[in-house]
Amino acid sequence: MALITVPEKSLTVNPLKQSQALGAALAFLGLKGTIPLFHGSQGCTAFAKVVLVRHFREAIPLATTAMTEVTTILGGEENLEQALVTLWEKSQPEIIGLCTTGLTETRGDDIDAFLKEIRKRRLELSHTAIVFAPTPDFKGALQDGFAAAVESIVAQIPKAGGINPEQVTILASSAFTPGDVQEIREIVTDFGLQPIFVPDLGAALDGHLEDEYSAQTVSGTTLKQLRSLGSSTFTLALGESMRGAAKILNDRFGTIYQVFPNLTGLQPVDEFLQMLSMLSGKPVPEKYRRQRRQLQDGMLDTHFYFGGKRVSLALEPDLLWSIVEFLQSMGAHVHAAVTTTRSPLLEKLPIDHVTIGDLEDFAELAVGSDLLVGNSHGKAIAKRLSIGLYRLGIPIYDRLGNGLFTKVGYRGTMELLFGMGNLLLEREEEECVTPAKLLH
Amino acid sequence: MKVTQSKINELLTESGCEHNQKKAGEKKNKSCTQQAQPGAAQGGCAFDGAMIALVPITDAAHLVHGPIACAGNSWGSRGSLSSGPQLYKMGFTTDLSENDVIFGGEKKLYKAILELHQLYSPKAVFVYATCVTALIGDDIDAVCKAATEKIGVPVVPVIAPGFIGSKNLGNRFGGEALLEYVVGTAEPEFTTPYDINLIGEYNIAGEMWGVLPLFEKLGIRVLSKITGDARYQEICYAHRAKLNVMICSRALLNMARKMEERYGIPYIEESFYGIDDINRCLRQIAAKLGDTDLQVRTEKLIAEETAALDLALAPYRDRLKGKRVVLYTGGVKSWSIISAAKDLGIEVVATSTRKSTEEDKAKIKKLLGNDGIMLEKGNAQELLKLIRDTKADMLIAGGRNQYTALKARIPFLDINQERHHPYAGYKGMIEMARELSEALYSPVWSQVRQPAPWDKEEV
Repeated sequence: MALITVPEKSLTVNPLKQSQALGAALAFLGLKGTIPLFHGSQGCTAFAKVVLVRHFREAIPLATTAMTEVTTILGGEENLEQALVTLWEKSQPEIIGLCTTGLTETRGDDIDAFLKEIRKRRLELSHTAIVFAPTPDFKGALQDGFAAAVESIVAQIPKAGGINPEQVTILASSAFTPGDVQEIREIVTDFGLQPIFVPDLGAALDGHLEDEYSAQTVSGTTLKQLRSLGSSTFTLALGESMRGAAKILNDRFGTIYQVFPNLTGLQPVDEFLQMLSMLSGKPVPEKYRRQRRQLQDGMLDTHFYFGGKRVSLALEPDLLWSIVEFLQSMGAHVHAAVTTTRSPLLEKLPIDHVTIGDLEDFAELAVGSDLLVGNSHGKAIAKRLSIGLYRLGIPIYDRLGNGLFTKVGYRGTMELLFGMGNLLLEREEEECVTPAKLLH
Repeated sequence: MKVTQSKINELLTESGCEHNQKKAGEKKNKSCTQQAQPGAAQGGCAFDGAMIALVPITDAAHLVHGPIACAGNSWGSRGSLSSGPQLYKMGFTTDLSENDVIFGGEKKLYKAILELHQLYSPKAVFVYATCVTALIGDDIDAVCKAATEKIGVPVVPVIAPGFIGSKNLGNRFGGEALLEYVVGTAEPEFTTPYDINLIGEYNIAGEMWGVLPLFEKLGIRVLSKITGDARYQEICYAHRAKLNVMICSRALLNMARKMEERYGIPYIEESFYGIDDINRCLRQIAAKLGDTDLQVRTEKLIAEETAALDLALAPYRDRLKGKRVVLYTGGVKSWSIISAAKDLGIEVVATSTRKSTEEDKAKIKKLLGNDGIMLEKGNAQELLKLIRDTKADMLIAGGRNQYTALKARIPFLDINQERHHPYAGYKGMIEMARELSEALYSPVWSQVRQPAPWDKEEV
C-alpha cells in the first residue's frame, strides 16, 4: 500500500507530465480518416505536434482553431466553425477529434452548444463525426486526456446492434505503444476472436510507408468499426485508465468488461491468455505455450542481474503499475516512484511511497538507484547520477523505433527483460572492473 | 511591459522592416498582420517566439507562468547550445491548477520565483506570460517588480501570451523585454573600436562557434551575443557596441532599430549562409567599423578561407553538381540558402516566398533565374506536387516537413531550429555539402522505391 506524496511547492522543475490535450490527440490519431483539432491558440497545436512528430518520427495531422485575444474575449464559436469547415473543405475527414485547451476552458466556451449551432448552419459537416473531449491543460496529464478522448469516442459513436459472439472491444490506454497494440492484436486473433481496438495505434502509428500523401490519418479504427462496438460480446480494458470507457460501454450496451491493468510479466500474460481462451472456447495456441517456456528461460538467465537491484521509475500511473509489478516479479526493488497524475491505482501500488511530482523530485529520490526508467527527459539526471536510463513513456527523442517497441505478451516481456537486463549487466560489469574501495 | 493593441501594432508595423516600407506608412503589410487561419494554421504562437528569442541566454532561468501545456509540451526541445551554463535548458513552470485559475496565480508565481532563486541561483529570471494567465488578469509586471526587490536579481516579465499572434511577433516582444529591462543596465569592463553585437543568432547546433573564430582572427570583438550562447551580463552592456549585426532574421529588427535610436548604434542585416554571403558579411562589418587596416585584413582572411574552402568542397561539388532541389522555408533564408546552394552547384528549382519581403523576392528572382518557381503559400500536398512536377531530387525545409518528404520517398535536409548540424560560416558550408551529399546518395532511396519481386511479376 503506497503513501501518495504531493510535494508542496509552487515551482515545477523539469515537468514529467504533458497536457491532457496531447494525450487526447494521441488517442484520436488511432482512428482512421481522422484529424485531431485543438480549440486554443495556434501554439497549443504546434507544441503538441512537435512532441508527437519527434517521438514517433511520423507525419502527424493536428489542426488548430487559432484563437486570438479578440476571439477569446468574444467566444470561440466562429473560429471553431471556420476550422471545422476548412478541414472539411480541405480533406473531408470522417472524424474530427475536438479537444479543448487551457485557454478555451478558462474562457468557458460551451462546446456542446457551439457544435449544435454549427451543425444547424453547416450541413456539409453532417458527413463528419465530430467527437469532443474536454481536456483543460490545468488539470490531469497525458494519460487522463487520452482516457477522456476514448470515453468521448465510445459515448458518442457506437450504436446498438445484434451481438457478434466473436467480436471483442479492446480499449488500450496510453501506456501501450503501437508495437504493443500489434502484439495484442496478434494474440487475440490467434484465438479466433475479432478484436476492435479503440484506439488502434498499432495500425496508425506503426511507421509504415504509404503510396499516397494524406492530410488525415490513413489507418486505425474505422468509423464503421466504432459504430459496431455495441455488437461486441466483451470489453477488454487494458490499463486502469480505460475503466471509465469500459463502464460507458457497459451502461450503453450491457457489454461485460474486465480491466487488465498490466500485460507485462509471466502472470499477467497468463491471466490474459486464460481469459481469451475462456472467451473464445479455444485452447491456448502452441505458439504461446512455446513463448511462455522461452520467457521462463529468459527469466532464469536474467534474474541474477535483477535480484535486489534498486530501480527508480518516473512514469504515468498505468505504465508505472505494470513496470512495478514486472520488476518485483523479477526480484528487483522499486527504489523511487514518481508519477504525473492521480489514479485509483496509486495507493494500491505494492510499494511504500509514490510521488506525484516532477523530475526535480525524481532526481532527489533516485539517488542510490541501479537503474532509472522514464522518458528522454530523464537523460540529464541519468548522466548526473551516472545511472543507466531505460527509456519508457513519452517523449522519447533519443532512441529509434519507439513506435514498434513491444513490452506486452510473453514476447514483449522478453524484449523488456533483455533490454533492462542488459543495462543492469553492463553496470555490474563496470562496477567489477573499477573497485572504488580498492583504489584507496 | 503591458501588451496593448498599440504595442502590438507598433511591433507589427516595425518601420525598419522591409515589409512595411513603400506602403506610405499607414497600411500594414499583409504578411505581418495576417491572422492565423482556423483549421489551416501551422506555426507556433507568440509565447513560443518569445522563448525562442530569449531561452538561449544560458545562465538565466526561464519560468513559464501557465498551465502545463505551455512548458510541459515544449521544454528541452530547443536546439541552441551553450559553452557553459546549462540552467537555460531546465523547464521551470508554475504548472497552474484549476484552483490557481479560479483564485489567480500571482502568489504562486511570486513563491515560485523565490524558490527558484533559492535552489538554482540564476543570474536573472525571465517570466513568460501565457494565454491563461493573461486571461485571468495576473499582474505579472507587479509580481516581477516585487520579486526583483526581494531577491536582488533581475526578474524580467516577458508578456507575449500565445494568443496575441505569431512566433515572429513573439520574437519581437522578446526583444522588447531585453530593451526595456536588460540592455543598458551595466557597463562593460572596457570597450574597443571593434565591438559588435550579433542579433538574432541563436547558436542552433553550435552554429555560432563556426563563425566566432573568424571575428577573433580579425580582431573584432563580439560584445554581446543576442542571444545565442549568451550570458545575462553581456546583454546588459550591449548598448556599448559600435555596430549591430542582424543575422539572417528580421525577427529582432525592432531591437536593432531602437538601439540605433537610443544609443546611436548603426545596424546591418547579414547572413552567415553561403560563401558570398559570409564574405559580404565580413566585408560589411569591416567597412562599417571604418578602418582600412581591418578591411585589408578582412580581404586577406576571405581569400584564405575561400581558397581552403574551395579545396574542401571540390569532391562534394562533383557529386552535387546539377542536382535539383526545392526549398521550402521562410523569409531571408529563402534567398540566403539559394545562394549557398548555388555555391555548391545545386540548382534550386523552386522556393517558397511566404514570409519574404519584396526585397527578398527580388533577390530570389535574380538568383533563381527565369525558370525558378516562387511558391507563395502551400501545404504538404502542393509541396509534393511541386517536387514531382519539377523533377526535383530533394527537399530542403524545416523539420516539420521532414516526414512529408520522407514518406514520399524524397531525400530531405533540415535547415530549421531543431537540426543537429551547423551550416553557418565557411565550415558550415562543408557540413552542409556533406549532409546534402549523404542525403542524396544514400543507398536507401533505390531500395525504398523498389517494388517487391512478387509485385513486379504481376506487372
